[in-house]
Amino acid sequence: MTKEERIENLNRLSGTDVRKCMKCGKCSGRCPAFKDMDIKPHQFVSMLAKGKIDELLESEAIWNCLSCMACVERCPRGVAPAAVVEAVRDTVVRMQGKNGIKAEEIPPIVDELIPQQLLVSAYRKYNK
Amino acid sequence: MKISYYPGCTLRTKAKELDVTARLCAEALGVQMEEIENWQCCGAVYPMGTDEIATKLSAVRALDYAKHNGGKLLTLCSACHNVIKRTNEDMKTNADICFRANNYLKLDEPYKGETEVIHYLEMLKNVVGFDAIKKAVVNPINRKIGAYYGCLLLRPSGVMAFDNPENPTIIEDFIRAIGGTPVVYPFRNECCGAYVSLKNSELPKQKSMKVLSSAKEKGAEEVITACPLCLYNLQANGGDILPVKYFTELLAEALGVKA
Repeated sequence: MTKEERIENLNRLSGTDVRKCMKCGKCSGRCPAFKDMDIKPHQFVSMLAKGKIDELLESEAIWNCLSCMACVERCPRGVAPAAVVEAVRDTVVRMQGKNGIKAEEIPPIVDELIPQQLLVSAYRKYNK
Repeated sequence: MKISYYPGCTLRTKAKELDVTARLCAEALGVQMEEIENWQCCGAVYPMGTDEIATKLSAVRALDYAKHNGGKLLTLCSACHNVIKRTNEDMKTNADICFRANNYLKLDEPYKGETEVIHYLEMLKNVVGFDAIKKAVVNPINRKIGAYYGCLLLRPSGVMAFDNPENPTIIEDFIRAIGGTPVVYPFRNECCGAYVSLKNSELPKQKSMKVLSSAKEKGAEEVITACPLCLYNLQANGGDILPVKYFTELLAEALGVKA
């Protein structure tokens, strides 16, 4: 797969048009995980638009995005930064050996209180 | 009246009190929640990737069942509500997802988003009515309650259409109906830290403590939620700042319904 095809694939997977971004920064201003995002929500959008996908695929931010949709809610241009983060995360976890969490890591961290919803949602986000 | 009901995985296990109190209160208010047959876990998070199909099928199955059983699907867990409502929107508006999902399911008649998805709080507001609830209260909750909305009920607002995403009022109206005093605080629609707590509890700790300290600062004596994961994060990662309960537990208390 050429780099252009990989960029095209990320755009298609995100379902959002990153070229519509007008760089106001509201998405990152509203992000509750801002401090834990090494690449900020507005940067996900602009870096995909510029085709800088290698940095995105290496980011730590894909594990800290909460999918809370606050960035999507605030965007005045109808861009969905969270969907770009998810497209990158999906692309990473679909690669061999790149899961963010592995099945064998789960039993030792499960306690009496952890709800099924947490296990299912984390596994859906971090593992394919 | 009867309504098809989707409980979801956590309401059968760690959040039984949410399910049990909701059913008993609904019955006391004249609504019979009929659990749909053979439901499967919704997956707890809506898959945003445009090529995701298999991960949406359990929601579509539940929706199709409800289509043939009253036309409405009642949800209670915020995550189930978010996943099922957003998947329903896909089935209604995204021809590609609709075609591929139906191609898998091979239903007698294709499902195209016909079912109306309603959350329990919307049922209380629009079907029962907060005035009727007020009349049914036998033990008014004379306490200051902070409503915690979190993310899943409100966003993305274009699809969820639940309430004003920046300044919601439905849970405050609910609190008034059961005789409590709602406390409005700035972090009530901020994320609790969600699923990240399985991998890294530091981020959810900061988020959950901020939510509870914000509620306490504005005078809340306790906080209510509709989401088992929010409840878990606020309790396990929130630093014991305030007690956290399901909103249906307070409803049961107010209606004098015992589980």
